[in-house]
Amino acid sequence: MSDEHSRPGDHRADDATVPAVPPADGNGAELTEQLDPGQLGEHDEVEEREEALEAAAAMKGSSAAAKSLEGVAAEPGSRKPDPILVADDVSRRFGGLKAVDVSHLEVQRGTITALIGPNGAGKSTFFNLVSGFDKPNTGTWSFKGTDLTGMSAYKIARLGMVRTFQLTKALMRLTTLENVMLGATGQRGEHFLPAIFKPSWSGQEADNEKRADELLERFKLTHMRDEFAGTMSGGQRKLLEMARAMMVRPSLIMLDEPMAGVNPALTQSLLGHIQALRDEGTTIVLVEHDMDVIMSISDWIICFAEGKVIAEGTPADIRSNQAVIDAYLGTSRALPADEKEPSP
Amino acid sequence: MDFISILSDAARGMFGPEAAIYALAAVGLNVHFGYTGLLNFGQVAFMLVGAYGVAVSVATWGLPLGVGVLIGIGCAVVLALVLGIPTLRLRGDYLAIATIAAGEILRYFYRSSYAQPLTGGVYGLRQFADGFYNLNPFTGTSYGFGAFTFSARSLWIMVVGWSLTVLCSLLVWLLIHAPWGRVLRAVREDELAARSLGKNVYGFKLQSLVLGGIIGALAGSLLAINVQSVQPDSYNPVVTFYLYAIVILGGASRIWGPVLGSVIFWFVVTFLDSFLRAATSSGLIPSSIIEGSDVGAVRFAFVGLGLMLLMIFKPAGILGNRKELRLDVR
Amino acid sequence: MRARLMALVAACFLMLLVCAPGASAATLPSAVPAADSGTSIKGTLEGPTDKPVPKVRVTVKQKGTSVGSATTNAKGEWQVSVPKPGDYTVTLDVSTLPKNLQLRSKGGETLPDVSVRPGSARTVIFPLIPKSQQQESEEGSSGGATEGSGSGGTDQGSTGAGDTGAPAAGQPPINPQDSSTPFLNRFLQMTVEGIKLGAIIAITAVGLSLVFGTTRLINFAHGELVTIGAVVAYVFSTSPMHLPLVLATAIAIAVGALVGGAMELSLWRPMRKKSAGLIQMFIISIGLSLLLRHLILTFFGSRRNQYSQYTVQETVHLGPIQITPRDLFVTGLSILVLFGVAYMLQRTRIGKATRAVSDNTDLAEASGIDVNKVILTVWVIGGGLAALGGVFYGLTQAVYWDMGFNLLLLMFAGVILGGLGSAYGAMVGSFVVGLVAQLSTLWFPVELQNAWALLALIVVLLLRPQGILGRAERAG
Repeated sequence: MSDEHSRPGDHRADDATVPAVPPADGNGAELTEQLDPGQLGEHDEVEEREEALEAAAAMKGSSAAAKSLEGVAAEPGSRKPDPILVADDVSRRFGGLKAVDVSHLEVQRGTITALIGPNGAGKSTFFNLVSGFDKPNTGTWSFKGTDLTGMSAYKIARLGMVRTFQLTKALMRLTTLENVMLGATGQRGEHFLPAIFKPSWSGQEADNEKRADELLERFKLTHMRDEFAGTMSGGQRKLLEMARAMMVRPSLIMLDEPMAGVNPALTQSLLGHIQALRDEGTTIVLVEHDMDVIMSISDWIICFAEGKVIAEGTPADIRSNQAVIDAYLGTSRALPADEKEPSP
Repeated sequence: MDFISILSDAARGMFGPEAAIYALAAVGLNVHFGYTGLLNFGQVAFMLVGAYGVAVSVATWGLPLGVGVLIGIGCAVVLALVLGIPTLRLRGDYLAIATIAAGEILRYFYRSSYAQPLTGGVYGLRQFADGFYNLNPFTGTSYGFGAFTFSARSLWIMVVGWSLTVLCSLLVWLLIHAPWGRVLRAVREDELAARSLGKNVYGFKLQSLVLGGIIGALAGSLLAINVQSVQPDSYNPVVTFYLYAIVILGGASRIWGPVLGSVIFWFVVTFLDSFLRAATSSGLIPSSIIEGSDVGAVRFAFVGLGLMLLMIFKPAGILGNRKELRLDVR
Repeated sequence: MRARLMALVAACFLMLLVCAPGASAATLPSAVPAADSGTSIKGTLEGPTDKPVPKVRVTVKQKGTSVGSATTNAKGEWQVSVPKPGDYTVTLDVSTLPKNLQLRSKGGETLPDVSVRPGSARTVIFPLIPKSQQQESEEGSSGGATEGSGSGGTDQGSTGAGDTGAPAAGQPPINPQDSSTPFLNRFLQMTVEGIKLGAIIAITAVGLSLVFGTTRLINFAHGELVTIGAVVAYVFSTSPMHLPLVLATAIAIAVGALVGGAMELSLWRPMRKKSAGLIQMFIISIGLSLLLRHLILTFFGSRRNQYSQYTVQETVHLGPIQITPRDLFVTGLSILVLFGVAYMLQRTRIGKATRAVSDNTDLAEASGIDVNKVILTVWVIGGGLAALGGVFYGLTQAVYWDMGFNLLLLMFAGVILGGLGSAYGAMVGSFVVGLVAQLSTLWFPVELQNAWALLALIVVLLLRPQGILGRAERAG
């Protein structure tokens, strides 16, 4: 467990632009080597320059986020000054296996919080539980002070906590525009009787369409507007999913492996979008395996192993955290294929 | 072999009362299967409650026929809720079996001795639709020209049947092109995604089941009125299979798919029937292969073969969109 | 590719047609003199072993006035022309029946409200049983007017008539609701009946479940494999071949296995290669089921037939339970076969490979298992088992054209009750279905026994969607 300290925000912004800076700590270096295939070194110069500009713009949000986390203890279950999501004693069993067993967890408002951990550590299951897609065996959790325990997934989404999925779920036989417009909440035309009378919803629909077009513009999908989403590439689908989620106007967005299966160039653009969302005030929780990505954009990292939170802290804290290194190296070295086996 | 008379039979069949009734029921099924992706294999159950709503109300309780139709619709709503609440949470394939089972359970109970005082048991009920035919504005003996000659009775039920079909199709068109329909299609594509965007998937599926069920019940009422009798065993799962054949033939999730599908289906079925009958009686097909009494069975063997070939080679149906087909074949 | 598929489909049909002439030769020439005899009511009167019953008088009345009457000829056929379409009452003169025969149901000699449609001949059936058997109560008999030749209308439904009534040979030796027998005895008796039915369902359902497990296909045509088995055994065990039923059953199993394998090779494997959707394949199987069922109807006819051997047997008493040696043998052999299947799955190479493919097809393929071979084996075994189940079902009930389709829903109920894709689950589920169906007759009419079994399915799905032995899946 590392000592409690926080880094100044500008240092973190540096991390964002130069992701591959090797940490001073020897153990940390080993960790990066172990987990990083070094795919981020490939993007071309133009993009690098654009990215630098974006990063400069992002600095403000990033520093604000870092500031809000100043003085927060880097230990599992630490209290945050302004938590948007609070979970207590959430557990889920699959047969004999306790997939999730979180005693206390808080997510600070306005930050990018990453959940990391080896395969089978319970990150995605935890996502499913808090977003209402799976029912826990025990536990309570609240979002913006509202108790979510036992609430159905769609109600949770309407409250402003929206998630995406590990395997992108583009609605194949809907057009890109329809995909995004679906995200709008409170649509009068979604009620049976008003739906029959177009005048009762056409005004609202036009507003929604305008906003959807703005989102498509922002995520550079305008050229796909009237195409079926099924014709999109994998990366475009990731963008679409994010645009669709933004249409709900969420205050917290949960991204399940947003970079999985995306080429390095698009990874950078996705990262830019994620940081921009944070800078606009949206809280982001993401599950990700790419350590470079995690270290470069997260304001706070929560590490899972065997269903429990074993460490929390800023990227710097996590890099030097012995428990994290053990969790990763222990499982990945000794038992590469089996995720259920306990680490030494 | 009189090809003219065979063809004229077939031409009558494609617009006749049965074609209208099956088109209507298929419009309902298209809401379930085509737009919502619900594998409802119990559509015949909605037709059953619609038919018996009319029959029991008039023949057993002596109520006016109009009230009977409303009771049939009410029963369809209740059935959709009773069937949907437990089964709509199930995975697609489970839903198919659960709905087909529910349809059979209903048929068993309607034909049982318990229900006999109400439903007439296995014998069913008859002669309850005079209220409908008394309203018949057509008073002549026959209408039409050449092959398209129908009795006043048939014409009356055709006019009502096709009007209802068009009205229901338009209603479905309005709904599907509203945000309501957008959610429905999203549910068809991916339930979890729709839920993650704040849509009450379960509620939408239930609404879809009720809407399609009511349309099915209307078709059932009309079927009962058409033959002036109900018998539980005519409402067996095979009827649902034919409806699927019709929906797929025309093109699932196309507004006019069920209508086109039904017209073609009944053309082919009546053509086969007439042709086989003529061919066996004229000796063109020797009776050692098919006998006259087997025509009904052979005809439905062809329906099965047609359904197979259609699904193998043209699963999007006649009105299907090739682009859509490339994405995901259902 | 397409051409090959078509050719294979055609080959599959040819094979069926080869079996078919045998069928039509063996059964009685499907009654009915001239088909186009206008509006009429007709039928063929046959005894329990398909022997035509001549010289029996049938009268047709409308509103109390006699319209006409006929006497059955040497082939048991009769026909009465009626002046116009409408509802008629058809009565069989019981006094003209041979002394050793009676109607299956009490009061079954009068069929009221037989409706005749314009230009069609309405077929009416009077089911006969030996005097030694007990008559059914009236409501249990669906009697059965089936419409022979419809006129392009909505008549297809009525072909399902008579499928759900009390099975003729399947009647338990004691009345489940007869209060003169102690409840415990009746309960035990019906439990045995339930185990018997469950064992037969299980044999047929194992194939369905294995196919689903390995290919995710819900095969609606599985019921037809059952019918094919029963029909093939019937054809070979009656004239002109008159093989012993045991031998005919062996042939039936071989044919079932062959048809199962042929379906896989000609249809399902090419469809999988085209990476067809599961719903697409599901609907294809429905088409196949319709096709096969109506081909069987065309060539086998719509009558319920009994095997000539082992049909009439004295029951033996085992404590409070009465059972015919035939049923005892069928139940015992079914359970033995189930153990055999379990042993195969658990111990043999192919069984282990099957379980591996069911568990994770890609992983199995990657570890060097020939997935297509496993799936073909599963189809062959499933087809053979279905055929055997068909013969057993035919022995305990009757052989008729849509027997497999009637059993299909019970099979599905068993498979889903136990947990989709698990062969052991299918076995357990099938026994539950059989027991629920038979035990329900202790309190409710026999005609509703399938309804209760299906209701049990829906209740289980409500409480435990993954089935009794199934495992819950992770969401998201």
